[in-house]
Amino acid sequence: MAKTYVSATINGESSEFLCETQQTLLDVLRDVVGLTGSKEGCASGDCGACSVILDGRLVCSCLVLGVEAEGTTITTIEGIAQGDKLHPVQQKFLEHAALQCGFCTPGLIVATKALLDENPNPTETEARYWLAGNLCRCTGYDKVIRAVMDAAAELRGETVG
Amino acid sequence: MNYVDSSLKVVGTRPIRPDGADKVTGRAVFAADTRAPGMLWGKILRSPHAHARIVSIDTSKAEALPGVHGVVTAADFPDIPSEEAFVGEGPMNFRDLALNCMARTKVLYEGHALAAVAASTQAIADQALALIEVNYEVLPHVIEVEAAMADDAPILHDDMFTAGVTPKPTKPSNIAKVVTFKKGDAEAGFKEAEVIVEGTYTTQPVHQAYIEPHACLATYSPDGQIQIHSSSQGHFMVRAYTAKLLGVNLSNIRVNPAEIGGGFGGKTLVYLEPVAVMLSKKSGRTVKMQMTREDVFRASGPTSGAWMSVKIGAKKDGTIVAAKQVLKYQAGAFAGSPIGPGCMCGFAMYDLPNVDVVGYDVVSNRPKVAAYRAPGAPITSFAVESLMDDLATKLGIDPLTLRVKNAAKNGTKTHYGPTHQNIGFTAVLDAVKAHPHWKTPLKEGQGRGLATGFWFNIGGESSASVHVNEDGSVTAATGSPDIGGSRASIGMMVAEVLGVPATTVRTIVADTASIGFTHVTGGSRVTFATGMAATQAAEKVVEDLKRRAAQTWDIPVEAVEWKDGAAYPAGSNAGAFEPLDLATLALKAARTGGPLIAEVSLNAQGAGPGFGAHICDVTVDKETGHVTIDRYTAIQDVGKAIHPSYVEGQIQGGAAQGIGWALNEEYIYNAKGQMENPGFLDYRVPVASDVPMIEAVLVEVPNPRHPFGARGVGEVPIIPPMAAIANAIRGATGLRMVDLPMSPPKVRAAFDAAG
Repeated sequence: MAKTYVSATINGESSEFLCETQQTLLDVLRDVVGLTGSKEGCASGDCGACSVILDGRLVCSCLVLGVEAEGTTITTIEGIAQGDKLHPVQQKFLEHAALQCGFCTPGLIVATKALLDENPNPTETEARYWLAGNLCRCTGYDKVIRAVMDAAAELRGETVG
Repeated sequence: MNYVDSSLKVVGTRPIRPDGADKVTGRAVFAADTRAPGMLWGKILRSPHAHARIVSIDTSKAEALPGVHGVVTAADFPDIPSEEAFVGEGPMNFRDLALNCMARTKVLYEGHALAAVAASTQAIADQALALIEVNYEVLPHVIEVEAAMADDAPILHDDMFTAGVTPKPTKPSNIAKVVTFKKGDAEAGFKEAEVIVEGTYTTQPVHQAYIEPHACLATYSPDGQIQIHSSSQGHFMVRAYTAKLLGVNLSNIRVNPAEIGGGFGGKTLVYLEPVAVMLSKKSGRTVKMQMTREDVFRASGPTSGAWMSVKIGAKKDGTIVAAKQVLKYQAGAFAGSPIGPGCMCGFAMYDLPNVDVVGYDVVSNRPKVAAYRAPGAPITSFAVESLMDDLATKLGIDPLTLRVKNAAKNGTKTHYGPTHQNIGFTAVLDAVKAHPHWKTPLKEGQGRGLATGFWFNIGGESSASVHVNEDGSVTAATGSPDIGGSRASIGMMVAEVLGVPATTVRTIVADTASIGFTHVTGGSRVTFATGMAATQAAEKVVEDLKRRAAQTWDIPVEAVEWKDGAAYPAGSNAGAFEPLDLATLALKAARTGGPLIAEVSLNAQGAGPGFGAHICDVTVDKETGHVTIDRYTAIQDVGKAIHPSYVEGQIQGGAAQGIGWALNEEYIYNAKGQMENPGFLDYRVPVASDVPMIEAVLVEVPNPRHPFGARGVGEVPIIPPMAAIANAIRGATGLRMVDLPMSPPKVRAAFDAAG
């Protein structure tokens, strides 16, 4: 089967890859580009473990075809930290122990970044509904939500006691 | 209330976990994240039928497809005899495990594996599966537990004769065994009772629903050496089961533990690994396999659904005089439901003179159940703790007071034999009484429920090593996969003993060739048992460090003490020497006897049992039947919290899973015995907007058998939620919900039935 040439900006770098037409963006990221931080939990858009930011929108990369990435700008979990400096969302997840197994964590962090890019001052309810597409089976979400609210405050320049 | 030892500097603090950065940046390597040069993709053909005889399997067309490098069926695996194994979280029969990995003569549930292929791409593997021709003779099937127990039920196993009854039955049955526990004389007890309450309850199978599907990468070398990289709750378990199913020596298999993306008991057995190894052997290439989410639901083990009846008799002052319970647990297609713990845990919270419990382990055409967090206990406790609430109502006694009155204490003899020792149930109930949640007035329309839970916790075999590196930094290695932060707790205990900051210790999970045998991460045992091994290894290192300081100073080792990460002369008589810290002693290690290393393997005994109590406030929408959890508090005796954040996390996560079990989760079957909701859209686990903050209250009644007082904490929190929520719904609406899940259609129907 002929492969399709695709070029996209992934985590700030221009990237080129060949993909089969039926391959999802998640498959391409993991199996072709080699970015395995995005996880497959369901391949049906229900768990959010594969969340990426595509042209400013939060999407499940398992619901996007690789060929649809042509000309887009994509941020994956691997592009959230700046060099060796963790993003405040990542740092707050660590400080609040907002992860146990860590499998859903990449998706939750990408989704949280997308939330705070759009709404820097979410209420707890807004954060819970925004993250309702990211399943976490370990934490019961308590510490996740605390980390999200604390990261939001830090990004707004507030300090939270 | 909390256990405070002011001499502790690391234990009880909240450092960032050693593997944290990898997990927030996407670097952590889970099972499906690994590839190998020349790797093939393995896929499994699964039965579309709930019950069928395999008349023939023709794989020739699949084998002829270009890009296919290997096809296997049960004919490729040894036909191993029935033999009990105790490597996972419960007893497992090797023959059943083998047949579950690859059906031989019959398929016993929809999704049952019966062939597998290895191909150069996933697409070719899928095409090859479609080319395998299977001739099935479809048989009548049975799904529900009571139907499976009926005289005319389709029989799954011709060689299954109910164990635990005399005389031995002559007719095969779907009832694998009957278990009974008796204390005192229940019938006599009920005659003394002034008030008797009874209830009948059902629960549905629920899946552990870890977000990471099962996955592995396996390589079989021509010399018979096997490498496996997989996600499991125990790489020694993977090695043991794979070796047995393939008939090879343990030493020929090396299993590398990948990061594990959740398990909750569901990854304490193998599904893919033996198949991947056999495909690798046939193809001569490395084979990667991963389940789809549908595979996970259809073919990996949920926990049992059940039918239960309970009867409790009490005096008017609330003293319980008799209790009786009948439990029928689904095992799935092979024997082995958690009926034993089910029979033991329901009444274990209470001091009861007369108890009679009967349990049935029943097979039906469903996937074989696997362990799920306190296996068996949440089911039985839903029934008992719901009925305790009815008893309180009938007696006109506050439900907390009723529980306090009958609470098990140190010295209480359980109905299953052991006597409770060093338990903290009363302390937990005191904490309920003292908690603001219990005292806060309810709003209009709200109901409040209380329920409690008990779990044994286990110890078992663990190995740990502590290496002091040349610069004085420390590596701690264990054989326990880290499923929720145990690297942190293990490292903290080692740091505490060595007197160094937590950041000085790096904890790793070592593979099966690099550390001693370690039982699975299950039974809430890792911080207890592996923590004990790591603590003892660190203590050995400290003894060695003291010996080396004594040698350096030329004084007796008894004259050296170790504190705050350095050796000191013990008092002025020992001599005046500058302290020798870890880094200095490490640097001089070559001159004082070589590397500073200790490894301890042990079989830990004395895991303190755990008790919890949950308080829950709900509001019920009468129009839709939707239940909203308004407030949730989970109180638990944790012994001593090594890393309180991860202890709270266990409690919060367990409670949320219980909320899902209570309100939404169930397996839905069609008339053909096929599961109709094998995905996260229709099998709905709680999402962030479904739950409130879950307040975890840590009660610390130290476990004297652990060096820092720790008890297992991971399983107790999933036990109380179902009854706590049912009792809250009762409070809000007057409706007694006895069938799980208490989903909107069921609650609506209950309103309609009540008129």
